[in-house]
Amino acid sequence: MHEWALAESVIKTVLRIVDEKGIRKVTEIKIKIGEMQQLEYEVFREALVQLKPVELKDAEFIIEVAETEFKCRTCGLKWLFPKKELGEDVLEAIHFLPEVSHAYLRCPRCGSPDFEITGGRGVWIESISGVEKNG
Amino acid sequence: MVDPRISVIDDRVRKVGRIIAVSSGKGGVGKSLLASTLALILAGKGYSTGLFDLDFTSPSTHVILGLKETRPLEDRGIIPPVVHGLKYMTIIYYSGGRATPLRGIDFSNAFIELLSVTDWGGLDFLILDMPPGIGDATLDVIRLMRKPRFLIVTTPSPLAFETVKKLIGMLRELDIPIVGVVENMKTGFSNIQQEYRKLNVKFLGEIPYDPAVEENLGNVDRLLKTVFAKEAEKLLEHLTG
Repeated sequence: MHEWALAESVIKTVLRIVDEKGIRKVTEIKIKIGEMQQLEYEVFREALVQLKPVELKDAEFIIEVAETEFKCRTCGLKWLFPKKELGEDVLEAIHFLPEVSHAYLRCPRCGSPDFEITGGRGVWIESISGVEKNG
Repeated sequence: MVDPRISVIDDRVRKVGRIIAVSSGKGGVGKSLLASTLALILAGKGYSTGLFDLDFTSPSTHVILGLKETRPLEDRGIIPPVVHGLKYMTIIYYSGGRATPLRGIDFSNAFIELLSVTDWGGLDFLILDMPPGIGDATLDVIRLMRKPRFLIVTTPSPLAFETVKKLIGMLRELDIPIVGVVENMKTGFSNIQQEYRKLNVKFLGEIPYDPAVEENLGNVDRLLKTVFAKEAEKLLEHLTG
C-alpha cells in the first residue's frame, strides 16, 4: 500500500527532527492527513506502529484528517473537496497524486482549472512533543 | 508543519546507478523521442532501465511507447509497470490523458509525491524526459535528485542554440555534470557544432532528420529500426562509459 511509503517518510523525518532538536524522549507525534488524499486511516496507523523504531517507543501517534480547501485563482471562489461528486476512478487517481485534481476538478463558479489547493493536500507533521536532552 | 516526503527521496533512488536528464532549452527538439529511444536501447542491451516522464503538463512518451491501459502496482509504495522492458512512470496513469494544467508549486508537489512513493528498485539507468527550459522541472531535478547528469538535445536552429546556451550556463554555474550535446533533426549544413565547442561542451554527435520516426510512433520494434534509433545508439558509449 502506498500508505506505507508515506508512513516511512513520516518516521524518517521525525527521527531527523528529534536528532536535530536534541529531543530525548518523544511522547506525541501529531500528523495531519489531507482529506483529498483519502489515505486508509487504519492502514496508515498500522504502518506507523509497525515502522516505529526504538527511539520513538514512548511516542503516541495522533492522526487527524484535515478538510481539503481549494481557491480559484481566476475568480477567488473558495470551495471544499467534492468527494461525493467524483467517481471511484477519479478518487483513486487523486489518492495517488493529488495534483491530478487539476485534470478532473474545475472551479464551480467560473469553470477555471487554475486553482490552489489551500489546505488539506497530503500528509504533514503538525507537531512533535517530548522531553529535550537537557530537560 | 513539516513535509515528510523529501526525507525518503534518496532512499527511493538509492539503487539507481545513473540518472540521466534528457533536456533542452527549447521545445520540439526531440527530447522525448531521444529519452524514450535511449531508454529502450539500454534495456535492449540488458541494462536495467527506468523512464520517468517529467513533462507533467505535456507528456508524450506514452505515445512513443504505445502505452496500453496499465497502472502502477501498490506494494508499500508504487511499483512502476514494466513497459517494453522499461520501468516506466508517467502522470498519464493518473490524469488519464486529460489536460492537467499545473503551476510551479503543483509541479513540485506532484514531483515530490511521485519521487517519495515510487520504488524504482535496482536500476542501472533512470532516464528523465524533461520538459523544455530551465523552469520548475529542471530546478527540482537539481534540488531533489542525487547526482543527475544532463544530456542536452538541440537542433541546427540558432533559436535552439540561444536557449540551450542558457541551460548550459546554468548547469555550469551550479556545477551539474553535462554528458554533452546532441544535434537532432540535422538537415543540410550547420556550424552549430563549432558554437557548442566554443562553449567547451562535449559534442556527442548529430542525428539526421528522419521522417520514419513519426510513422512509427507507438510501434517500438519499428521505431528501433529507424535511422534515428541507429544514430541514437551511438550515444550509448557516452552514457555507459
